[in-house]
Amino acid sequence: MSQRLKLSGPRGRVAIVAGLRTPFARMGTHFRDVNAVDLGAMLVAELIARSDLDREEIDQIVFGMTVMMPEAPFIAREIALACGMPDVDAYSITRACATSFQTPASAAESILTGHTDIAIAGGVDSTSHPPITISKKLTAVLRDAQMAKTMQQRLKLFAQLRPKDLLPVPPSITEYSVGETMGQSAEKMVKKWGVTRAEQDDIAHASHSNAANAWKQGWMDDQVMTAFVPPKSSPVHEDNLVRMNSERSSYDKLKPAFDKQFGSVTAGNSSPLTDGAAAMILMSEEKAKAMGYKPLGYIRGYHFAAKTPADDLLMGPVRAAPVALDRAGVGLKDMTLVDMHEAFAAQIACNLKGLASKKYFEETMGRSQPVGEVDPAKLNVNGGSIAYGHPFGATGARVIVQTLNELQRRGGGMALTTACAAGGIGAAMVLESE
Amino acid sequence: MSEEDNNSVAKKASAKKAAVKKSAAKKTAVKKATAKKTAVRKSAAAKKAAPAKRAAGKTATKAASGTSFRFTRGNDDIAVIEINVPGDAQNTLKAEFAEEFAAVMKQVRGDGKLKGIVLMSTKTGSFVAGADIQMFERASTAAEVEKLSTQCQLAFQQLEDLEIPVVAAIDGACLGGGLELALACHARIATDSAQTKLGLPECMLGLLPAGGGTQRLPRLIGIPDALDLLLTGKELRPAKARKLGIVDQVVPAGVLLEAARKQIAKMQGKTPRRTSAQQKVRKDFKAVAAGIAMEDNPAGRHFLFQQARKQLLAKTRGNYPAQERILDVVAVGYGKGIKAGYKAEARAFGELAMTEVSRQLRGIFFAQTALKKETFVPAGVEPRPVQRVGVLGAGLMGAGIALVSINKAGKDVRFKDRDTDGLAHGYKYLRGFYDKRVKRGAMRRFDAETELRRATGTTNNRGMAGCDIVVEAVFEDLDLKHRMIADVEANCRPDTVFASNTSSIPITDLAKGAKRPENVIGMHYFSPVEKMPLLEVITTPKTAPEVTASAVALGKAQGKTVIVVADGPGFYTTRTLAPYLNEATRLLGEGVDPHAVDKALMDFGYPVGPIALLDEVGIDVGTKVAPVLEKAFGARMESPKASGAMIEAGYLGRKTGKGFYVYDAKSKKKGEKPVNEALFDLLDAPRGQSVPAEDITERCTWMLVNEAVHCLGDGIISEPLHGDIGAVFGIGFPPFRGGPFRFVDSIGAAKAVKTLERLAKQHGERFEPAPLLREMAASGKRFYD
Repeated sequence: MSQRLKLSGPRGRVAIVAGLRTPFARMGTHFRDVNAVDLGAMLVAELIARSDLDREEIDQIVFGMTVMMPEAPFIAREIALACGMPDVDAYSITRACATSFQTPASAAESILTGHTDIAIAGGVDSTSHPPITISKKLTAVLRDAQMAKTMQQRLKLFAQLRPKDLLPVPPSITEYSVGETMGQSAEKMVKKWGVTRAEQDDIAHASHSNAANAWKQGWMDDQVMTAFVPPKSSPVHEDNLVRMNSERSSYDKLKPAFDKQFGSVTAGNSSPLTDGAAAMILMSEEKAKAMGYKPLGYIRGYHFAAKTPADDLLMGPVRAAPVALDRAGVGLKDMTLVDMHEAFAAQIACNLKGLASKKYFEETMGRSQPVGEVDPAKLNVNGGSIAYGHPFGATGARVIVQTLNELQRRGGGMALTTACAAGGIGAAMVLESE
Repeated sequence: MSEEDNNSVAKKASAKKAAVKKSAAKKTAVKKATAKKTAVRKSAAAKKAAPAKRAAGKTATKAASGTSFRFTRGNDDIAVIEINVPGDAQNTLKAEFAEEFAAVMKQVRGDGKLKGIVLMSTKTGSFVAGADIQMFERASTAAEVEKLSTQCQLAFQQLEDLEIPVVAAIDGACLGGGLELALACHARIATDSAQTKLGLPECMLGLLPAGGGTQRLPRLIGIPDALDLLLTGKELRPAKARKLGIVDQVVPAGVLLEAARKQIAKMQGKTPRRTSAQQKVRKDFKAVAAGIAMEDNPAGRHFLFQQARKQLLAKTRGNYPAQERILDVVAVGYGKGIKAGYKAEARAFGELAMTEVSRQLRGIFFAQTALKKETFVPAGVEPRPVQRVGVLGAGLMGAGIALVSINKAGKDVRFKDRDTDGLAHGYKYLRGFYDKRVKRGAMRRFDAETELRRATGTTNNRGMAGCDIVVEAVFEDLDLKHRMIADVEANCRPDTVFASNTSSIPITDLAKGAKRPENVIGMHYFSPVEKMPLLEVITTPKTAPEVTASAVALGKAQGKTVIVVADGPGFYTTRTLAPYLNEATRLLGEGVDPHAVDKALMDFGYPVGPIALLDEVGIDVGTKVAPVLEKAFGARMESPKASGAMIEAGYLGRKTGKGFYVYDAKSKKKGEKPVNEALFDLLDAPRGQSVPAEDITERCTWMLVNEAVHCLGDGIISEPLHGDIGAVFGIGFPPFRGGPFRFVDSIGAAKAVKTLERLAKQHGERFEPAPLLREMAASGKRFYD
């Protein structure tokens, strides 16, 4: 058991007063010509405007992205500048797929200590603009050539190059330390935990069906802005990855993507590459009250856990959740909702098994009791990353805001939210809403 | 809500005007006339020799305090002459500088060891913004003004004749006489700061540069580029000035003085580069092939000037003598030598200063300057702070209002429209503007995107609560506008201003639907908003003074010349334009060719003819206003009944391809657009009637002028000056005629009454002179003292 840790400072709890995201778009579609700075800035500008906030009142922007934009790596500051907020402080954070769990957590800590009054926290990613690099060989030759003194030396260096060295190198999607793609890691977990293809496809189908329902009910309208995409300022409001008429049978037809022979992880039960941004406005409870905001909710507790990425890469949420719940002083039974980022349906299935496994808790964490069985009726009720897509840096904020809105709709309550991330990282955050 | 723009007659009128202006922009005068900038002419003159405040040589500083020129000699044998006119926001050249200037020159000549001179301003944002125009307001004869020019030319010549290098270090406005002063230096270095701009705007006041500018500029940058600057009065950013060769170098402000010193060091031991003795050196091959052949031999130059004149007259129609004289004077300088050129320049300057055209253009300039300071509210009334501007309806008008709010005023905009397609229209319009700026290199992409993000939008009321002012630009429908008011009152703050961009619905009627009528005001913009200079603010008796102050302050921040008028049908601009357009249409009914009508009035000085204007506005739009005005003012506002038939036939104007004229690709190529032949039957008009151009002009213009006087008599406008500015900037009244009231003053009220009485007898009661005009005629008073 971890200690209860009350997230309340001299000015009360940390309130999330507003949240918003762009539509999420499949890589290379709506936002093919919109880079991460533009995506983030379009979101922050609208978030501020619709919250009737003056730009000058904001103290800090905490933002992150995962797919590096080499010409503007300092994403948080670029967004501040691009929104005409040169006097607003900003810093960037990277925590892979848990990036925008960390950005509100960091903002919250700063608000709790009184360093910050009002912060905007969020994340963005544009997979349509991956950083393409040159080969290691070419890099080395160019570097050495720069230092070479004579033309002869230079020619000698360039003579080492072969045609393949001149090809551009796409960004790597393998775990740097382990050398596996995340899909391969998911396949390993599937086999270890005994997850079936059908289980995975059920999860994927539920994700799409729930997301489609949320859109149809109009529940997404207020949390997703309309983007007006240059050059023609064409309005885009809806996500283009959600299958509005998902049919369970169609998932069966897909071939495994990572392990052609024995695999069960398919494009249909994985989260796709996606462009998008999501963010929220945080302030102390007291400040929110003084400014007349009715908060969407409050951050009650959180934890970030880490484990070796060598096996069970995506089990991080299982490690993080019990600590976050302990700190919040609550248990799974107190949760109105559970919202887990879906990197893969396989990962969700494994995570659920892990959360309920006394053995796993005893062996890996030395805890006598697991978190427990998650009630399927409370899980990802409005769909998850498999349906919406997964702009790495934006997913955390999407999950938090979406969950808070659903709590509001249900008249309040508490929710456990989680995300797995590269490197064996897990994030969990307990939210409450009144 | 509709994104439909509520274009009125006046608004589209302006659209066309701007379009015409744009096409004419290059070399013409029409635009200039809407003069905006600061002071213009110089004439720092070497008058009587001055008692030299001598203190030559040595090191340190010696300068008399309270003087405009400060002479500082450094240990490095380089002298810095600092210009700083005490007590003024901008440096302008004045006749009284002659003595000071002579003293400085004496000091320079008395110092044998001096290696060079840097000429610079120590006033922020202003090198020298031109000459003090008041200077020749006071002169009563051409000879007096000519002498001012001659003296100035002499002073500048002395500077140029120095044997040591003189470098102009330019930061801030370098306009008119300021640029001429810089041209007399041997090199020019400009800063890249935002306030630095260079130009010769004299022609906008019906004058010409008279400190040698007409001679030096073409010799420095070549005749074609020089004529472009001289004839349009346009201002250049430093980079462009560098490209044209006007300045030698563009540097950051922090190193300006250092760069000037380096320039002097570079020029040591060489004959100073005197602009008057230069011949533009062409660098690129194409220019050499085309240019040398043209401007470097008498025959080529003759052809060049001939072409320039032809183009010019096509645009000015002979109404702007300054532009023609500029061409003459430049030509004289090449034909008979630079001395003759200077002489011709001074002579032309004196004569132009005495012309009615220049007098009126200067009057407009002064009026504009006066309006910049006018608050239209009692002292002590402060505008409410405005940072967020709500714009209801993202159509053409709404988008234009948003554009000037973000781009000029630096405000945030929250659009509201019926649907996202409506919003998209607004964003697209803004983006189009910024894309052009970026393409031209006037703006960095990042900065453009940042400004664009100031405009956000909603299709419900989200984010409207923070608006300090909401401007509606929805369809012209009273019920709809009442709903807008209710919406704003329900969702915004109690002190949020509600401004309507209506051009025809009385603001009092709008305010009747308001819980807080004190917040309701009219802000009548003209289309396209970013180009049209006027904003007509309309108040009702209930409008709170702070609300008026807020609207005026916002309008000024948006770069507009603002007039405030009282509420009434058609306010001021629509009400004066309507009878003018009616009269033009009536002429068509009498069988006059539309081209004849348009040509007559363009020759008179309107930027676009009334018939073409109606086509631009849309026949259907004009007919919405007509009944309102006719109901209020009776027979004199009666509009020809043809429009109903035209609407039925689908002849709505340019937007439907046919109106009074036919608009298609084929006729566009041919130049003059063909008349819609079906029209004559619709109008039941006899064909091929001709009316003398003077009669056309007289009838249309007097309808307008008489109505303007009605407006003054009825208290719609409070001063003739507001009426003149409103007519010139809002509906295209010929600027060089000063506006309706100056126009009456120039011929006298008595004669005006006589003319109207004659017209009434010939054509009908509608020409009955306004009561105020009769009063003025009886008492012999003028509108302006």
